[in-house]
Amino acid sequence: MNGIPMEQGLLLSAMLFVLGLIGVLVRRNLIMMLMSLEVVLNATGLAFVVAGSRWGDADGQIMFLLILTLAAAEVGVGLGLTLQVFRRFHTLDADSLNEMKG
Amino acid sequence: MDMIGLLGWIPLFPLLGFLILALAGERLSKSAIAWVGVGSVAVSALLAGLVGSEFLTGTLQPYHLALGTWIEIDELSIAFGFYLDALSVTMLFVVTGIGFLIHLYAAEFMASDPVLPPFAIPCRPRVPWELQRPLDRSETQRSSKNTELNANASAFDLGYARFFAYMNLFMAAMLVLVLSDNLLLLYLGWEGVGLGSYLLIGFWYENPHNGYAARKAFVMTRVGDTALLIGLLLLFRQLHSFDIQLLMLRATAHWPAGTLMPVAAAALLLGGALGKSAQLPLQTWLPDAMAGPTPVSALIHAATMVTAGVYLIARTHDVFLLAPPVQFAVATLGAMTLLMAGCSALVQTDIKRILAYSTISQIGYMFLALGVGAWSEAMFHLLTHAVFKALLFLAAGAVILCCHHEHSIFKMGGLRKSMPLAFWSFMIGSAALSALPFTSGFYSKHEILSAVYQVSPNLWAMGCLGALITGIYSFRPVFVVFFGVQSHLVTKSPGWRMNLPLLLLIVLTLFGGLLRLPLDSVFPLVFKVDRQPNLVSLITGAAPFFGVSIAGLFYLSGAFSAQRLAAYRLLNPLRNLFFSGWGIDALYDALFVQPFKALAKFNKHDVIDDLYTMTALIGQWLHLTVSASQTGRIRWYASSMALGAALILAIGRQS
Amino acid sequence: MTLTLFYLTSAVAVFATVMMITRLNAVHGLLYLILSLLSVGVLFFLLGAHFAAVLEVIIYAGAIMVLFVFVIMMLNQGQTTIDRERAWLQPAIWIGPSLLALLLFGEMAVVILFGGSAETGSVVTAKQLGMVLYGPYLLAVELASMLLLAGLVGAYHLGKPALKSGARS
Repeated sequence: MNGIPMEQGLLLSAMLFVLGLIGVLVRRNLIMMLMSLEVVLNATGLAFVVAGSRWGDADGQIMFLLILTLAAAEVGVGLGLTLQVFRRFHTLDADSLNEMKG
Repeated sequence: MDMIGLLGWIPLFPLLGFLILALAGERLSKSAIAWVGVGSVAVSALLAGLVGSEFLTGTLQPYHLALGTWIEIDELSIAFGFYLDALSVTMLFVVTGIGFLIHLYAAEFMASDPVLPPFAIPCRPRVPWELQRPLDRSETQRSSKNTELNANASAFDLGYARFFAYMNLFMAAMLVLVLSDNLLLLYLGWEGVGLGSYLLIGFWYENPHNGYAARKAFVMTRVGDTALLIGLLLLFRQLHSFDIQLLMLRATAHWPAGTLMPVAAAALLLGGALGKSAQLPLQTWLPDAMAGPTPVSALIHAATMVTAGVYLIARTHDVFLLAPPVQFAVATLGAMTLLMAGCSALVQTDIKRILAYSTISQIGYMFLALGVGAWSEAMFHLLTHAVFKALLFLAAGAVILCCHHEHSIFKMGGLRKSMPLAFWSFMIGSAALSALPFTSGFYSKHEILSAVYQVSPNLWAMGCLGALITGIYSFRPVFVVFFGVQSHLVTKSPGWRMNLPLLLLIVLTLFGGLLRLPLDSVFPLVFKVDRQPNLVSLITGAAPFFGVSIAGLFYLSGAFSAQRLAAYRLLNPLRNLFFSGWGIDALYDALFVQPFKALAKFNKHDVIDDLYTMTALIGQWLHLTVSASQTGRIRWYASSMALGAALILAIGRQS
Repeated sequence: MTLTLFYLTSAVAVFATVMMITRLNAVHGLLYLILSLLSVGVLFFLLGAHFAAVLEVIIYAGAIMVLFVFVIMMLNQGQTTIDRERAWLQPAIWIGPSLLALLLFGEMAVVILFGGSAETGSVVTAKQLGMVLYGPYLLAVELASMLLLAGLVGAYHLGKPALKSGARS
């Protein structure tokens, strides 16, 4: 056994998640936000893989696989939207896109 | 053929007339409208004559015609039926006979009515398309003139149809009122005539003043009607029936005289009668009701509707017999009303207002008679009064029409020569009104006063004083309008449709005193009319002559001058008091109208509304608060989600 | 040995991620992101998830990141963008969200550390994975394929040049 403690793996996952979250909250550039989102998703996948490794179960990796497909679809649509936004508003500032405020 | 079975058809024809005129009046020609409007009442009158004559030549047994059930809920069953006895026959003759004559008169009177195009009726745009096209001048003028004529003609027809539709509706309701066998159906007719009265007072609604008068009449009578409704429900609750005859039997059987129940019921019924018949506390609407066309004043506000209160009390006289205090109140109110209204009639200048106050005064006589238990005398006076008051109003209408809608008697004068028929009508009508011998009014009023004397000499004295005043105020317009210097050039003279009713009514006024309706079959015989001449009957008979002489001294010979009299410092306020109808309008205004207005003004922004407004404001505030969080910024939403996740984790950790 | 590698790789991953979220130039950020993803891939390998590690490298760090590269190229971010990014990254702006995120991290750390300790490292082979994936998880595979299809259609639609600015306004 290689002996990586599970709680440390999960802590790393949490740390990556929080870093990604900070990126989403702080950056105003849409592309940077999307990239930070990738980090968040990846951290979540790491948590699943750690858990799967703990139990010696394939489910963890399958969840990672599904997150992967989700990330792929999300990036596809998200980048398409980013392109549209840029074409229309000539900016990537997420805060200036607030026409739907109440 | 059994004529009496046709009773049910009598109110139906005016109702049919109303429906035809209301639904299709716009499309009918003027003569067709007159045929429908007058014809329906003529058929009713004919039927009423047949039914009445068969009834009077028969055994005088009350005839009950059950037409069906109106309302049936569980134990409550209200029949829809007509009841014919000598009392309803009297009313039937008055309503249909005089109603027919007035309709005939109105067919001519209203034909030249300068009705403006009605705004209330949705009218199609009548401007033809040619007008929008540039044409040469003469053609434009001609076509626009044609349009004007067409528009005017149709507006005439519309007002004409509307008038007869309302009149027929009123007739139907009035006939239901007098023929009904139960109190609820009577109440239906009672409200129906109120509606007809309201619609017809406000017939010339272009003038807001007329609408105000109509509303006043409606609201004032509604006060009485509410009392009547309460009384009606009280009778039903206590005696479990609406059928009048059954009610009277049960009331006599179950209620001892003078106890609370009959007194309360009689007082409430009296309230309704006071409102409808314009007696003392509720009389102020009648003079204002003269805003309506003159045939309306003749039919509704002199001959028929205003006597409905008298009919109601006569119809339910058993209840009043069980309530002596109320009966005494009837007599007292009647006597006070006849004096007060008589005094007001003395100083009025509008010919129709004089007649209106005289109507109030004459109905006061009827109430006086009812109050002393002289039921059949009251009904007899109702009959004769309906005839001669209709005559007076119709004659006044002819004068007004020929003097171009002039109402003030002091702007008329010397019309004796140019309008002989109107003069003689007015003369004979005034003679009957002031009860000069050999007219119908003499017989009826004499009977009333001699009956009153047997009960209370004080009331008799008031009645005699009233008779004196009647003599003055009824001949004052005669002398002013028909004698003296002619002021108006009479250009048009009434046609046969106006003259025939006048002639017939003159005949009835002169010989109506000979009519003897067998009312004793309905009422308990209380008084033996003493026909021997004595001091009482001498004074009773002489009072009107004094009145007429005074009027003659003032207005015919000019021995005295009313202006000089009014110049005295004491008398002028008195004159003003009389003129304003004893200031009761001002009193009610101060007592009811102003406090109500003040209350309404005080609560202009409804207190209760504030509660609902507050609810709305709270909702709005919540909306604004929450919508402020809807910044449209995606990072803000993400932060919210993160905060939510943090909170949920914290909560999950705690629990 | 493994533990040492784990700590080393973790440090690289955290460092790369921190660098990524603070870069002003998107391309630099992207390169750090790839580094972060690759180090996570190494972690997967260390945790015995070999198949996941391979996918992480091929699909995440390879395919998906290429998309970002394309888009960044198309948008042609220049020096002005970098200046603007610098203006946006003031402490007043990032301190609040960072504190919030740190709060969340603290909570998660508490939850994880109180959960007790356990060993990991059981190797799950690609064959095992495949048997489970196409067995009980068949429906999930179908759903994932639908999701990808929807993503494909959506990306195609949104990226169409026909939807130029002004086409709808």
